[in-house]
Amino acid sequence: MNIIFREKDIPNIREFDVYVKHDGYKAFEKALRMKPIDVINEVKASNLRGRGGAGFPTGVKWSFIPQSEPIKYVVVNADESETGTFKDRQIMENNPHQLIEGALIAAWAIQATAVYIYLRGEFWDIAHALDKHIEDARQAGYVGENIKGSGWSCEVYTHLGAGAYICGEESALLNSLEGKLGQPRVRPPFPAQKGGGLYSEPTVVNNVETLANVPFIIMNGADEYKKIGTEQSTGTKIFCVSGHVNNPGNFEFPMGEITFRQLIFDHAGGIPDGKQIKAILPSGGSGPIVPATDEILDTPLTYEDLQKHGTILGSASIIILDETVDITWAASKMTKFFKHESCGKCTPCREGTYWLDKVLDRILRGEGKPSDVDLINNIAANMQGVTLCALGDFAANPILATIKHFPNDFMAHVGGELKAAGD
Amino acid sequence: MANTLAEKYAERIQHHLSKYPDKRSAVMPLLYIAQEEYGWLSPQGIEEVAELCDMDPTQVKSIAGFYTMYREQPKGKFWLHVCTDLPCALKGAETFYADLLAHLGIEDGGTTEDGTFTVEHVMCLAACDRAPMLQCNFHFHEHLDMDKMRELLDQWRKEAEAYANKDV
Ligand SMILES: Cc1cc2nc3c(=O)[nH]c(=O)nc-3n(C[C@H](O)[C@H](O)[C@H](O)COP(=O)(O)O)c2cc1C
Ligand code: SF4
Ligand code: FES
Repeated sequence: MNIIFREKDIPNIREFDVYVKHDGYKAFEKALRMKPIDVINEVKASNLRGRGGAGFPTGVKWSFIPQSEPIKYVVVNADESETGTFKDRQIMENNPHQLIEGALIAAWAIQATAVYIYLRGEFWDIAHALDKHIEDARQAGYVGENIKGSGWSCEVYTHLGAGAYICGEESALLNSLEGKLGQPRVRPPFPAQKGGGLYSEPTVVNNVETLANVPFIIMNGADEYKKIGTEQSTGTKIFCVSGHVNNPGNFEFPMGEITFRQLIFDHAGGIPDGKQIKAILPSGGSGPIVPATDEILDTPLTYEDLQKHGTILGSASIIILDETVDITWAASKMTKFFKHESCGKCTPCREGTYWLDKVLDRILRGEGKPSDVDLINNIAANMQGVTLCALGDFAANPILATIKHFPNDFMAHVGGELKAAGD
Repeated sequence: MANTLAEKYAERIQHHLSKYPDKRSAVMPLLYIAQEEYGWLSPQGIEEVAELCDMDPTQVKSIAGFYTMYREQPKGKFWLHVCTDLPCALKGAETFYADLLAHLGIEDGGTTEDGTFTVEHVMCLAACDRAPMLQCNFHFHEHLDMDKMRELLDQWRKEAEAYANKDV
């Protein structure tokens, strides 16, 4: 079932005329006939959760916006820089109007004066294509002054970043958009509050995939939407599968409809060269790794089921590791990512990622001692829960999980005592 | 001092300034324009952007230094960012990158002697299903191997030559 990847059923849906022919912008027109508060309540009732990683209920977030403020913004998070994530890109390339329509519905719901779509700088070509799609929507009267006679005006702009993972964190993104250093802000105030958003005005920040769900909800109602997925994980989710599979790519499924095993073997083509699967990173480099046991492989893909197994669905960037992968090496790759991307504002994150990287390099060179593994555990544990933004935790959690689940991979390098697998 | 950017790119600059309630927000798009004009963010380019955005040049410089896509030094005409992050590495990107460097006879981050190519490794570029891949200036090239890479390098060398001849 494709709610988002509708290009699979309708070729060229990226073109405005084709999109409109297939009920495009009907949901937005319907929303314009509804009271903004009713739009918010419909999205609340759908239980739609943010697809950017944290899974926060979207309608609830919109309801935090103080309606009395005259200036408000919607900011679309199209920074997509999490290792292993490449879904927002496909949405913007193939079904861009559904994102624009979703963002406009959000803008009406909070009575925003403008929408900014913040794309990572590397999405240069996508941003320029998006500018053209926005212009098509403007020509048809869906963007600009007095939209469809509603008396409400709203602009939609794109803004290109320039290569910095931290700008995907919403408060860093807002700073970057304001022309400041892209470093996270102290909260509260949160973006939805006066003083916390873009130019200090109340602001809703949503992920691309989140907003692309909104037209379906408004068009068909929350009850229809809730029939898809599970009670706690409504709707479809796009799973980005990469690494050791024959057929990597994006797969959209209702949440809970398939398990890891079905996703990896039935849809992503299984493991190349007859190798065995060893481990899964369900949420890119920032969520805990899990060993590919039968129990894990048979887990349905929902927020709640992954949480039960000590990991997270996050943005569902699912990286598959086969039996040849040394988990110590994988841990080092992830650490190098966070060391490079730490904005340096807080000491535990800046210093912690530096030391983790140094010790892991030492271990990989064969110069480590068994006590280095404890040292890594210590450094990572001291980064948890003490930093200004979640990057500090993102850097620590995967390391702790790799050592917990694959101690032998570390011990093999440092000549320590082997522990029973899975301890 | 004349502001070359303001004269040469008036329309594009105006478009960006008009998008935001605060001029300062246009600093990122204008830095891209300065980079296009000068090939890198020269002191002159930084000054001009600062003037256009009502900012201090040192502030503009620190913004430029924060991001990986701005060139703080002159680099090769073609700036190759090869992804060697985990998913791409699982698909052979590290070997591909080592082969590419050996082929060009440079080190990680280096520039070829003729000034045509600067090559760096970068983190995930949201194309993990199409590894190995790289970004050249602003465009992606995916599903690469060294055969395809040699063809691309030849093509870019020709473009660089044509460009150089045009200059004279
Ligand atoms: C370090 C860091 C990086 C993030 N990167 C992204 C990103 O690239 N894209 C995204 O949508 N959200 C990202 N987020 C989450 C955002 O902060 C924010 O929660 C999200 O945009 C909210 O939208 P949603 O509720 O629709 O998910 C990141 C968070 C952190 C801490
Ligand atoms: S946790 Fe890291 S990335 Fe986040 S604000 Fe602190 S130093 Fe910056
Ligand atoms: S890891 Fe290379 S593009 Fe994602």
